Amino acid sequence: MNKILLITRREYISRVKKKSFLLMTILGPILIAVFYGIMIYIVVNDELGQEKKDIAVVDRQGIFKERMESTDLMNFIYSDSTISSDPTSLTKFYGVLEIPVSKNDGNTVSASFRSRENVSIQVKEILERKMETALEKYKMEQFGISKTLLDSVKSEVKLQTLKIDQTGEAKDSSTELYTVLGLFLAAAIYIFIFLYGVQVMRGVIEEKTNRIVEVIVSSVKPFQLMMGKVLGIAMVGLTQIIIWVVLSGILITVISVSFSLDSLPDAEQLEQLEQSGQAVPISGIQGLLSSVTSLNFPLIILTFLFYFAGGYLLYSALFAAVGSAVDSETDTQQFMLPITLPLVFAFVLSSSVVLRDPNGTLAFWLSMFPLTSPVVMMVRLPFLSMPEQNWELGLSMVLLIGTFILTIWLAGRIYRTGILMYGKKATYKELFKWLFYR
Amino acid sequence: MQPFLEISEVSKQYATHLALDKVSFSVPESAIFGLLGPNGAGKTTLIRIINQITAADTGEVKLKGERLHPGHISMIGYLPEERGLYKKMKVLDQVIYFARLKDVPAHDAKRIANEWMERFSISDWRNKKVEELSKGMQQKIQFITTVIHKPKLIILDEPFSGFDPVNTELIKQEITRLRDEGATVIFSTHRMESVEEICDFVGMINKSKKVLEGSVRDVKESYRENKIAIEFSGALNGTIPAALESKKLPNGNIQNVYDLKPDEPMMNIVSALAAKVHIHSFREMVPSMHDIFIKLVQEKTA
Repeated sequence: MNKILLITRREYISRVKKKSFLLMTILGPILIAVFYGIMIYIVVNDELGQEKKDIAVVDRQGIFKERMESTDLMNFIYSDSTISSDPTSLTKFYGVLEIPVSKNDGNTVSASFRSRENVSIQVKEILERKMETALEKYKMEQFGISKTLLDSVKSEVKLQTLKIDQTGEAKDSSTELYTVLGLFLAAAIYIFIFLYGVQVMRGVIEEKTNRIVEVIVSSVKPFQLMMGKVLGIAMVGLTQIIIWVVLSGILITVISVSFSLDSLPDAEQLEQLEQSGQAVPISGIQGLLSSVTSLNFPLIILTFLFYFAGGYLLYSALFAAVGSAVDSETDTQQFMLPITLPLVFAFVLSSSVVLRDPNGTLAFWLSMFPLTSPVVMMVRLPFLSMPEQNWELGLSMVLLIGTFILTIWLAGRIYRTGILMYGKKATYKELFKWLFYR
Repeated sequence: MQPFLEISEVSKQYATHLALDKVSFSVPESAIFGLLGPNGAGKTTLIRIINQITAADTGEVKLKGERLHPGHISMIGYLPEERGLYKKMKVLDQVIYFARLKDVPAHDAKRIANEWMERFSISDWRNKKVEELSKGMQQKIQFITTVIHKPKLIILDEPFSGFDPVNTELIKQEITRLRDEGATVIFSTHRMESVEEICDFVGMINKSKKVLEGSVRDVKESYRENKIAIEFSGALNGTIPAALESKKLPNGNIQNVYDLKPDEPMMNIVSALAAKVHIHSFREMVPSMHDIFIKLVQEKTA
């Protein structure tokens, strides 16, 4: 045990002391923020990088003329029918939309759009939508429905979701907040397992190619070496998480101190407001805050740490076994695939199937299966109603613990033989045999 | 007397290959034991079994009369043939780390490490990273990590590879010194001249089997062929025993080799010749470990 501690300490110190650790700890969140920032910016501004398209509209029916509004992406120019026969028209315009005189039954209109390019689905949809709105507008005018009348018909529904706990007390449950939180936690576990699991594998390969292994296993058991490495790297990961939590804590405090204090009414002002009989204004932020407080934070943090530790131990043991079976990182491919597959699978399903129905059958089983549960359970967690579903969490945890103990034992046996094997590329069959060596 | 290390009937089977076939050796305490054998004979496997890196399929190894158990590990110092150090780690940190893995307390480890670095005159490098050191210096560090915990049994696999003659001499001195201080040394090598120089006992494995064991003197004695080589100048004629071989040496002298009958004194032939020619030197032809090694390997292969 003492030796595992020694190895853990060395693995930890040698990694934390590196400049790259400090760099990644500070730059990591910035890079992620920038990455997501750019992605969100591109998604929100979907016209980004697209040119405004001039489109000639030849309307032989006279219905669409002046009823299709130009947008940031499209500029509609109404022309007469001569343009159809003009061969230069396609060089002047992106395309020509031609609406023939139809045997219009009033509900279907066929039109053609000619362009020199292959028309994208986006352009096609915009054109169809524009034409539909134009047609609707035309019809409303025909029926004599005014815009004000139509607006007064349109209604909006806002649904507040409440979670009723056992005592019958209702709490605000913000589905949006839960979704974002669940996905964030799942992504964090997914990324950490990958990042640090691969580090374990690299470390094993490094020791093997440096031939340090033989010196060390003459002093400690291979299992101790493997566990020391796995735990040391886990501590590096935890250190990184703690630094991030503390930094973001400071950041949030700084931001709220410098911005919110002035804008949010403080206790004294609130009292005055109440005394004067005025309604206390509840902002959107405060609404969000009330759903945030409905979350059981200690439970979420503890569960996150548990699944992070469990998932990491399970996967890093597998990564260590892979590292021991190969001579260089390029040989890892064939063994990596079956390990990474369940993890990727879990993450992809988390953001789709599991989110759609967090308490469905598939979500349930994925959160029980130990190779997927660390990721999937994180998505489900905010949606679980405690304490009725305590048993699900408990069962999933027990299964995870059982599996990682078994996996570490199996990986240890492969590792023990693998680290001393050189030159020969191992096959699955051989790995299986190694399990039973003396 | 009970041997320090006793290996009896040890066999080890890898998938399709029998690495050791009922090999037995006994190594006396405070002796240097040379473990010899061609490449692939099974030396490394035997060494790994002694180090408890792998286990024997059958047979047993006893250290001071006790079957090997994990408690013995801190009594053993092992220098593998394939050397390895953490390249990014500082020299002193690394030596202390390896010492602590062998249960040496941290402050003792530091003191002993400094003593050794002093002895090897590499003290100035203690705070450098290993990757900044020359290969010879890295080998010295590796040697220090092997013996820092004052092991009772030191196992050296090709300890001289990577050393220049000066450093080889240094390491030889250290090995003998450690033996004189009470350690038992097993060392495996292909350099037969170093075996003759420092080994007290030798054992040899070929094709997974033991082919030779004994003290260096006994082994050489049992392989002596009763031949005498005489170097002389001058014309040799008349009735003298026929030479087995005769050759002209580069310095102009002639060297003849004669067979001695058992119990026949060497001087009989020497004086027979001395009457006729001028003798420069004569010596009994004793086989070197090198010759014995090659003879044994070829015998088995043939």
